Amino acid sequence: MSILVYAENWDGRFRKSAFEAISYAKKASILFQTNVKTISIGAVDNTELERLGEFGTDKIISYPNINKSNGKAIALILEQEAKDCKLIILSNTFNAKTIAPRVSAKLMAGLITNVISHIDNTENICIKRQAFSSKAIEKTKLNSNIGVLTIAPNAFEINPNPGDCEIEINNKEIESDVVVLGKDVNKGKISLSEAEIVVSAGRGLKAAENWGMIEELADVLGAATACSKPVSDIGWRPHSEHVGQTGKAIAPNLYIAIGISGAIQHLAGVNSSKTMVAINTDPEAPFFKAADYGIIGDAFEVVPELITEIKNFKNN
Amino acid sequence: MKILVCISSVPDTTSKINFTENNTRFDTNNIQYVINPYDEFGLTKAVMLKEKLQATVTVVTVGESSVEPVMRKSLAIGADNAIRINFTPEDSYSTAKEISNYVKNNPYDIIIAGKESSDYNGGAVPGIIAEILDIPFINACNGLNIDGDNAELSREIDGGTERLKIKTPFIIGGQKGLVEERELRIPNMRGIMTARTKPLEVIDPSEKISLTESVSFDKPRPKGECKIISKDNINDLVNELHNVAKVI
Repeated sequence: MSILVYAENWDGRFRKSAFEAISYAKKASILFQTNVKTISIGAVDNTELERLGEFGTDKIISYPNINKSNGKAIALILEQEAKDCKLIILSNTFNAKTIAPRVSAKLMAGLITNVISHIDNTENICIKRQAFSSKAIEKTKLNSNIGVLTIAPNAFEINPNPGDCEIEINNKEIESDVVVLGKDVNKGKISLSEAEIVVSAGRGLKAAENWGMIEELADVLGAATACSKPVSDIGWRPHSEHVGQTGKAIAPNLYIAIGISGAIQHLAGVNSSKTMVAINTDPEAPFFKAADYGIIGDAFEVVPELITEIKNFKNN
Repeated sequence: MKILVCISSVPDTTSKINFTENNTRFDTNNIQYVINPYDEFGLTKAVMLKEKLQATVTVVTVGESSVEPVMRKSLAIGADNAIRINFTPEDSYSTAKEISNYVKNNPYDIIIAGKESSDYNGGAVPGIIAEILDIPFINACNGLNIDGDNAELSREIDGGTERLKIKTPFIIGGQKGLVEERELRIPNMRGIMTARTKPLEVIDPSEKISLTESVSFDKPRPKGECKIISKDNINDLVNELHNVAKVI
């Protein structure tokens, strides 16, 4: 018996979400007194696999000839590798959300998504997850022998755990049921769901061309950019940046909301953030009831000054 | 061409979320139910495809009779007929399994679901259906073009978009981009009138197998007081974020 992890890479590089998944699995493996086995899909060089090996997995099996877009094949591999497994851990990414339901159906394994709690019991497994767009926390019980969990990004610590890690390469090829025509990648940008800091702006910015200062603030903070629903609906920013109930739910360490009033639907997607800052001209904006820090003022005055102050802070 | 749209009846996005019976059940008092926003993009897309390709659009849901207003609304928006599988599902698997069993006997070329429901946010139903029916699954789908039995789609991936080509039959987990917000169809009077006479068939569940169960609910801890910082002392905010919140 072991705990199986799917560690996702982006063009051969593992990110925080993969380390979180392995750290989560390592903790569970201690409880179950078992080992952790990790699956990697697509070409990843040996140095990167060794780096992945430093987070507590006992074995990594790399499938360099399988394409990450081939969700059906990845599900098949996880099914085969899970023969003796109790749990399968994935991060809650778009890729994993394509794979996890398939694995769940193949193995008749209960699927719990948006997981925010560790496993504390080897019998009667009950796990907390985000529901109602972060307006509630649901406790869900697993009624199957095997469980598939997708863990929420930024919800768990990464624990480096260097030890012996065996690396195996499997050159298997599996045909895909989809043909990839191309990818449009937001180059150089920080992934919104994984970002530790997010700078977000709303209709208060008045026009698409005013986003320069938002991007600059994000840049000095090493943050991702986001926006409110109206802004994405008007087309000032891409849909992929929309956070809130019908957009993305995010949980960064710091969320800075600029010119966003704080409607209940917007707050639903962001209130798992550890610290929230609201900047708004309207002292009655509902966001001031939800935020930890507030500045009442015009974004066009406050933001440039905030950029200057953060630059000073970073230089010292 | 036959299109099936999976509809979930969910609380309106402005709803205050409460729980009853010792926090074990969602409190349905004073809750307005709507078509799951992600399903609404898919339903509108299906109706547009119907107008272009002479397709038929069926909507399906798993739920008790209380979900019927949402089914009627789907018919008013332009679906041809509706199927309600009559039981309250315990989890995503039970929902997906029942819909799959229905589709096995009634095949469709395209199945459109939402990428998740805005209440339980499971995001698992379309993927499980794909596996049971052994058809391709495109999640977070934000673009769909049909040409005969070929389809070109786009899906959101972390940090970008991927463009794909597949053949029917397939299933998508849809979202905004499938159609734009301004294109969403609102039922008109004629739609509402004709919806009354469109068939809404109720069928019995076949298996009712669930793999997980909801035990209880909690609400996130309320935030403390918001500390207002003067716009003339923005340096204070930087200090707070560094020294107190420790986030920069």
